[in-house]
Amino acid sequence: MYGDKALELILELKRAAEGSLPPYNEDGIRQVLEETSVLYDQNQADVLRESSMTGAESLLSAVQFRHTCLERNQRCLLAYLHNRLEIIKEMRWEFGSVLPPDIKNNMSEQESQWFNKYSKSLASYMRSLGEEGLDLTQDRKPPKNLFIQVRCLRDFGEFETEDGSMVVLKKNSQHFLLRSQCEPLIRQGILEHILS
Amino acid sequence: MAALDESYDEEHEGSEDEVEMTAAEALSKLEEAWLNEKFAPDLLETKADLVDCMLEQIQQMEDNLKRCKKGDMRILIHKMEIDRIRFVISSYLRLRLEKIEKFHEEILHRESGRKEEDPLLLSEQELSFAKEYSQSVKEHAKVLVLNHLPQNFQKLDREKTAPKPDLDQHVFLKANRNQDQVLIEPELEDDPSAEVVDLVKDSQYIMRFRPLVPLVTDGAVSLI
Repeated sequence: MYGDKALELILELKRAAEGSLPPYNEDGIRQVLEETSVLYDQNQADVLRESSMTGAESLLSAVQFRHTCLERNQRCLLAYLHNRLEIIKEMRWEFGSVLPPDIKNNMSEQESQWFNKYSKSLASYMRSLGEEGLDLTQDRKPPKNLFIQVRCLRDFGEFETEDGSMVVLKKNSQHFLLRSQCEPLIRQGILEHILS
Repeated sequence: MAALDESYDEEHEGSEDEVEMTAAEALSKLEEAWLNEKFAPDLLETKADLVDCMLEQIQQMEDNLKRCKKGDMRILIHKMEIDRIRFVISSYLRLRLEKIEKFHEEILHRESGRKEEDPLLLSEQELSFAKEYSQSVKEHAKVLVLNHLPQNFQKLDREKTAPKPDLDQHVFLKANRNQDQVLIEPELEDDPSAEVVDLVKDSQYIMRFRPLVPLVTDGAVSLI
């Protein structure tokens, strides 16, 4: 059926686990594009035939049908790209400008380039706020407490707190630290917030 | 709020009342702008001045804190306050970015049709972000898909395809002052029954967003 492959692309994205990026389906896209050009050629031929001879009006409904399929394919392809970009954007906010390799591997060359552009635009926007810039990827949740209990998930080494004292972050050790300082480390998966 | 005022009292001895008021006022204005932005389906006017003012304020409070003795109880309280303000600012700017990204075509189109005397929709920085974003997204779609499609499928019609904010969405609001004779235009164009509503100060309503746009901009109502 026409349009099945395009739908398959969309479903593939939809089925992917929340917050993960499935590999870029270059093959799927190519197949949809091929189907699109076949449909288009058939339409061109039919339109030509219709205009050159009389009594071929019956071709028109087929032309109409193919045209709808073409529009649908276009829309599905764009939706596929768009939704992938949405996920990639989400990644920028979660992980910062350097992505973990497993995510990077699932991006196409073009998408990596787009990610870099987006990352750059966002960074320069954030730098332009106030005098010293404001990191919008911080303070994602309303602050409740100044300090939080955290546990180290892996060895990180020495960490300088805001008042200048040193803390050694060793695996499985627990600390009571400033929330604002912990946030980036929590997102990188070095610390874990302990909810008591 | 109280902590902010105190920080002024304590650390700016002899500072004038006026300054004190503006800091507090600016914060409450920013909080209102933040809530309005959060609940409005459309991007509202930029309040970049307020944001800049509060960022400066935070900077000042932080500098003041550095001069305080270590272990002073007040430091913690003020730090908490700073954190709260910074959250409001970041959240406000994030909400705006989200809308800018979502409606980039529509917003840039409106921006390009904006006249000199009209209020600014985007701050300068937001505008350049929006442009870069819009350009990169379009480029992306073009390189990967549109260029490979048959010719008459390569162009996208902004009117048809670009997402637009839904102005007919209903919002909750509170009137900040008495407002008589607010014209609520009918949702459908051929519906002749335009309605007129009187808004009473401090009452709450649920209404369509579209007729309220000027009132929100004006500060006559707040979205809740």
